[in-house]
Amino acid sequence: MRHLMSPLDFTTEELDKLFDLADEIEKNPEKYAHACEDKILATCFYEPSTRTRLSFESAMIRLGGRVIGFSDAGSSSAAKGESVSDTIRIISCYADICAMRHPKEGAPMVAAEKSGIPVINAGDGGHQHPTQTLTDLLTIRSLHGSLHNFTIGLCGDLKFGRTVHSLINALVRYEGIRFIFISPEELRVPDYITDMLREKGISYEEVIRLDDVMPQLNMLYMTRVQKERFFNEEDYVRLKDFYILDSSKMKLARNDMLVLHPLPRVNEISVDVDDDPRAAYFRQAQYGVYVRMALILTLLEINV
Amino acid sequence: MLNVGKIEEGFVLDHIKAGRSLSLYEHLQLDKLDCTVAIIKNARSSKMGKKDILKVECDIDTLNLDILAFLDQSITVNVIKNGKIVEKKELVLPRQIKNVIKCHNPRCITSIEQGLPHIFVLSDPGKAVYRCKYCEEKYSENA
Repeated sequence: MRHLMSPLDFTTEELDKLFDLADEIEKNPEKYAHACEDKILATCFYEPSTRTRLSFESAMIRLGGRVIGFSDAGSSSAAKGESVSDTIRIISCYADICAMRHPKEGAPMVAAEKSGIPVINAGDGGHQHPTQTLTDLLTIRSLHGSLHNFTIGLCGDLKFGRTVHSLINALVRYEGIRFIFISPEELRVPDYITDMLREKGISYEEVIRLDDVMPQLNMLYMTRVQKERFFNEEDYVRLKDFYILDSSKMKLARNDMLVLHPLPRVNEISVDVDDDPRAAYFRQAQYGVYVRMALILTLLEINV
Repeated sequence: MLNVGKIEEGFVLDHIKAGRSLSLYEHLQLDKLDCTVAIIKNARSSKMGKKDILKVECDIDTLNLDILAFLDQSITVNVIKNGKIVEKKELVLPRQIKNVIKCHNPRCITSIEQGLPHIFVLSDPGKAVYRCKYCEEKYSENA
């Protein structure tokens, strides 16, 4: 039995297979419409996340399966003090696969250790968000044509943004990737990531101004400055509008640069960018459903 | 001067920082062994001024000393057989450490989940960097 805790749990060859399956699902959705007819997905969300939860639920329903779960800790037995270990043992009796989001880092790993069913980490605190990463990789592979040889700019909250950490960890396994980290000093990418890049000899640059590096980028990954990651309101208000992508900044970019965003956005991408053909963030959400469908099939070992 | 007799088989852990021997006694779980242990505190040392020494009389295969490499790499481990030093043991950093140090990350699941062991994994043997198995936070003594 396999779980998904980090994008690194799958080799690049296994990811290729997963993405091939996602491509196949995109082309022939009818073929997979009944693949999980007798299966149940449990979505155990200890903190609110409408988008990721609905993406998982949509994926399972499109595969013909059913969904149970809870969408915040208050409506679960966690409010009564039940441990993650106990909860997953119970959920294992009710469902065939579980997607878990938890504010505490490492909680899905604790669940996986005690679980009788595959567990998917649907985001754990500021740590990992592997299915977002799979979504990002599938989007890049589909729209850029390859997961090799490009310069990617990651912009915004690089300190607490788990989508960014997961994506970097996944991309370092491909050839010819160059990273440009664009953030305020307070929200720089953590040391353990830059240490890892240096050890692997991977090229990266840390800058403060987005404008300066726009022309170099093949893709720009924007992130939201998340209020819930801050300990006080004042810091949040001071930093949230630091980096806003608008049509004037887009004029500095290459004609084929892709703009990605894990969504939801607040105001870091101006709505006037939405109609730019380089804006890929809404298509990204669609790829998120395909890749989750492929992941559910893979972890349940269902061949269609 | 206090004299402690020599041992026939076991280990002499020398050059322990003065005052640390009891903590090593606990980490090595010597209380669980039915053998003779001498704890020598504040012995005179030309190199260190003062030092602690632990003498453990036991079968040399019964004790896993790897944790010492994490706790204090300056400790000298002498392996004793037939009353003589037969080897100065090379300490190797353990791949994993369980319940020796605690994760200080307030966002880590170990901060709320009852009964969960604190496990750290060696992520960089060259720099002796350990990270929490669950949240991957780097261990820092000063955190």
